[in-house]
Amino acid sequence: MIQVENLTKYYKDLCAVNRITFDIQKGEILGLLGPNGAGKTTTLQMLTGFLQPSEGSIRVKDLSIEKDVLEIKKLLGYLPEEAPLYHDMLVYDYLSYVAEIREILKNQRLARIRQLADLCGINEVMHQPIGELSKGYKQRVGLAHAMMNDPEILVLDEPTSGLDPNQIAEIRKIIKRIGKEKTIVLSTHILSEAEATCDRNVIINQGRIVADGSADNLKKSVGQANNISLILQNADFKSIEEELASLDDIENITRIEESDRHLQVQLSCKASTDLRAAVYKRIKQTDWVLLGFHQEIQTLETIFRKLTQEN
Amino acid sequence: MQQVYHIFKKELKAYFISPIAYIVIAIFLIATGWFFFMAFFLFDQASIRGFFAWLPIVYSFVIPAITMRLLSEEFNIGSYEILLTMPVTFADVILGKFLASVGFMVAALIPTLAYPITVSSIGQLDWGPVIGGYIGAVILAAAFCAIGLFSSSLTRNQIIAFIIGLAICFTLTLLDKMQFFFPPSLLGVLGYLGADFHFQNISKGIIDTRDLVYFFSVCFIGLYGAHLALQEKH
Repeated sequence: MIQVENLTKYYKDLCAVNRITFDIQKGEILGLLGPNGAGKTTTLQMLTGFLQPSEGSIRVKDLSIEKDVLEIKKLLGYLPEEAPLYHDMLVYDYLSYVAEIREILKNQRLARIRQLADLCGINEVMHQPIGELSKGYKQRVGLAHAMMNDPEILVLDEPTSGLDPNQIAEIRKIIKRIGKEKTIVLSTHILSEAEATCDRNVIINQGRIVADGSADNLKKSVGQANNISLILQNADFKSIEEELASLDDIENITRIEESDRHLQVQLSCKASTDLRAAVYKRIKQTDWVLLGFHQEIQTLETIFRKLTQEN
Repeated sequence: MQQVYHIFKKELKAYFISPIAYIVIAIFLIATGWFFFMAFFLFDQASIRGFFAWLPIVYSFVIPAITMRLLSEEFNIGSYEILLTMPVTFADVILGKFLASVGFMVAALIPTLAYPITVSSIGQLDWGPVIGGYIGAVILAAAFCAIGLFSSSLTRNQIIAFIIGLAICFTLTLLDKMQFFFPPSLLGVLGYLGADFHFQNISKGIIDTRDLVYFFSVCFIGLYGAHLALQEKH
């Protein structure tokens, strides 16, 4: 659907985006992750034809961004960061203006606006000036704006920034709903969001791609930390060591926390073995009370930290 | 072309939903009315030359005030990012906004028709120069709107845009009145560059291609400058 090749953008001498190459498949929800100033917004702005790349090419379907930028803009819907909309226009006026520019036929405009108002939940603010809306509503109006022409590709720049948890959940739900049929590119620095909504994540740092893949693949590629954490009652550290050290694949047992009521220990195992069954069987033979038992999972957060703080 | 019309419509509407439009029109009418009637009864002539004589000066203040927000505001709140990612070209944006500001000035001129109507009811008014004057007034407004739009494309601060626009319009208006400051060899060129000189020709009822060429060049340069400024940001 979209091919980005060697995309580079200089602001005077500053290199904001440095030779980025990636593909986006049809129907995919792609998350662009990265710390602030990594070049996410710049990349999206080039993708939408707002900025001209210094070097490199972008192809959307069979169109190249240099020659057919107008055609590409017709395929795209874009929600910039913070949804900068005209403050003194009414929501309805604004959406009908967008409908006109997006060349929606006159007899379908009202129906389309109604449909979007339902989808984005902005029915109750249709006749208020945009400047008076809360941030959440503004974001939704921006979303309605982006979806006006039923675009094949939706580009969202930090769609949930500054929203409260309820609004975030709602916007995510909307994105998921749209994402079933559309190709969506969204940027975010909220990792749980990327994990929850995106099929694939591209992590950018200092203008370069440092990782590319689904959340699961990213976790694998970084190397699995294979730790088991146990919370036990009625046990002491020494007996735990004795009991569990005999298991072959356990490399180390460390005490995390000890109190009157319970004892928390961490077992680090050799990579690629799952010892949970074996550990559980051993514990069952003793009279310890098992309060907590889980395998620690590598989160996207730790991967992100690792990849973006190295350099 | 369709896009130009949509942007034009939106911008024109934006003028009239904010109180600024009415304030500017009121100031425009008060200023032109005062300048006109100040001398009208002294001359004891059934003509509205006095109105057109002062028009370029009044325009130099009023037009930058209405064009200053056209692009600066978009840069400031960031909405031009949204605008330019919709299927419109720079030319669509600039022409739409330009025509909206000209349309607004035409709307501001309409109430001034009361002057020739009043005058014609109390004396023998020659309608030729009046019609010529109004055509000139619209063309002059277009030229100044192009300048105002250009200055608005240079900055995200509306006040700076206003001052740049005012400076250019004011200079063009007064240029041919300040010829005694300049060496004689430059006089022909400077006289030709003055907007007031060309405008007064038209307002006498003489529509000369030289004057039209002048105003269209000013429009073109202003709009093209705005186009370049947008491209630069791109």
